[in-house]
Amino acid sequence: MKTLVCIKQVPGNTEVQVDDNGNLIRSGIDAKMNPYDLYAIETALKIREDKGGKISVMTMGPPQAKEVIREAYMMGLDDGFLLTDRRFAGADVLSTSYTLSQGAYKAGDFDIIICGKQTTDGDTAQVGPEMAEYLNIPHVANVKSIVECKEKSIVLEVEMPTTIQTVEVAFPCLITVEKGIYQPRLPSYRLKKKTKYQEITELTLDDFKDKNEKRYGLSGSPTQVEQIFPPEQNTTSERWEGENLGEKLYDELIDLKFIYKNK
Amino acid sequence: MAKIIVNQKNIEDIDKAIKICPFGAIEWNEKAREVEISAACKMCMICVNKGPEGAFELEEDEVFIDKNLWKGVSVYVDHDNGVVHPVTYELIGKARELADKINHPVFAVFIGSDIQEQAEELRHYGVDEVFVYDDEAFKDFRIEPYTAAFADFIDKVSPSTVLVGATTLGRSLAPRVAARFKTGLTADCTILDIKENTDLVQIRPAFGGNIMAQICTPKHRPQFATVRYKIMNAPDRSEEPTGEITLCEPPKDLSSKVTVLSSKEKEVEEDIADAEVIVVAGRAIKKEEDLDMVRELAKVLGGKVAVTRPLIEAGWGDPKTQIGLSGRTVRPKLIITCGVSGSVQFKAGMTNSEYIFAINKDPDAAIFQVAHYGIIGDVYDVIPELLAKIKQSEEVTA
Repeated sequence: MKTLVCIKQVPGNTEVQVDDNGNLIRSGIDAKMNPYDLYAIETALKIREDKGGKISVMTMGPPQAKEVIREAYMMGLDDGFLLTDRRFAGADVLSTSYTLSQGAYKAGDFDIIICGKQTTDGDTAQVGPEMAEYLNIPHVANVKSIVECKEKSIVLEVEMPTTIQTVEVAFPCLITVEKGIYQPRLPSYRLKKKTKYQEITELTLDDFKDKNEKRYGLSGSPTQVEQIFPPEQNTTSERWEGENLGEKLYDELIDLKFIYKNK
Repeated sequence: MAKIIVNQKNIEDIDKAIKICPFGAIEWNEKAREVEISAACKMCMICVNKGPEGAFELEEDEVFIDKNLWKGVSVYVDHDNGVVHPVTYELIGKARELADKINHPVFAVFIGSDIQEQAEELRHYGVDEVFVYDDEAFKDFRIEPYTAAFADFIDKVSPSTVLVGATTLGRSLAPRVAARFKTGLTADCTILDIKENTDLVQIRPAFGGNIMAQICTPKHRPQFATVRYKIMNAPDRSEEPTGEITLCEPPKDLSSKVTVLSSKEKEVEEDIADAEVIVVAGRAIKKEEDLDMVRELAKVLGGKVAVTRPLIEAGWGDPKTQIGLSGRTVRPKLIITCGVSGSVQFKAGMTNSEYIFAINKDPDAAIFQVAHYGIIGDVYDVIPELLAKIKQSEEVTA
């Protein structure tokens, strides 16, 4: 059983403000592992406990993103890949997914690739499915639990809009797991010592099959950020008194779309 | 390869230049004695726009696409077993507004099994053409057949813009299709507009909602965006149907590596932490049975009931539904407090809610300090009046 977990280093907090000149003010530059990825790691560990095999971990980012691979080692993952290259910079969802898929091709043949639900900085929940498309394998999103891991397939419980579905998907496949699928374990001190000097394989664009620079980083990104600005704060501060307050409340709730007029 | 170029001679104060970057991507290379941009660069353009004059420059390469060949604003019809999700109507409303600005048609693409009746219903919401893929293979949502049909629609119709509801299904399907066409997808847009050149202006929150980003897909088509439920306005249903229905031949290969084995109803979760709407009962509720009106209000708003500490102490509520420092911290879109005085502990648990309505008899109640709408009145007057009004409107339209 060969498993790959994709993780990301994200800012330690999302406290960011924009000043009057449109500049980003970030408090602190500390970074951490995307919390949703801890569930992906724990899911991979549960599968290994059951079926044996090896778990690889992969991330894309600047050299300091190695820290999250170290953390994954401390949780018990077997080997790690860092995709790092100046030419990957400025990547949007599409080019990030493409880069990860190229990395996955390079890193080996995997039965299952596990991603967290989303990241706390991008919040898009799109990289997993796009990566699966590039790898030409099926994906199942919103996985709530693993029912059974078989020889050539895995049975999963999936969150659907109104139901919980049980599905079976053949290997190789990619799944994105919900927060809370399993309680993630804490990094272990013993593993920290043991894996302190464990190698992390660095891959750059030159290691990939597709060396066309236009498919990576900003060049490979169809979307472009035109500008950023602070969100509108709800600064309403109204006082209502007198008669018919319930009716007034009704009208306001309709305006704010909390009550739908039946069609 | 687009990148940012550093013109060393235009940098006077190196420390200051390094500090411009919120991502710490501008670095001093001691060996080369040069300022460099590292892989941490997010291409946010702050250094280009706000840095020293001429120090940071964007070098871009040009790609051309004939935008005139891509016409139409399309909406994916989100459904669960044929039950159309209301986000679909909201997106059709938005699509119409955008399409009218650039004189494009509005399309809907509906993939499912035995859905022709529902497709007919869409004609009452201002769609020019509904493309229907109706096949047994689409009975359960499985990623490959749905992607195949969606891709077939794009190949046939070449829409300029594709809007998808950011539901559990939409968030799985849209990226898959966008990647197949190697095009841009912007998730969870809260504002959409369109430029004369048909570029979709997509605005979405980033960094946990602490900033807003305006995003465009200037060189690719179609341009994909997902939008959450209750962000856009649904149009009124028209009496007369408009537009037409086009039945499409499903793609030949509808095979899937995914097999749906079984499906069961979801259990209703009682956790208030993730609720979008919360109605809170406070000490002004005199009797336990009076909680019924609070429950009813929560029910009609599709929300959850929470309580304050005095009510927990009276044994009237589940401690899991208590808001405050000794209970849960909540951040719903809407919170209505009913007769809650607003202790410091309580306010700390809910002050980040998006819309705070507070009902209290006492004009000096502390809850009014954090309320966006302070309603100075008796909960026993206001809530029944509100409920009556809601009921009345339901009866009129039923």
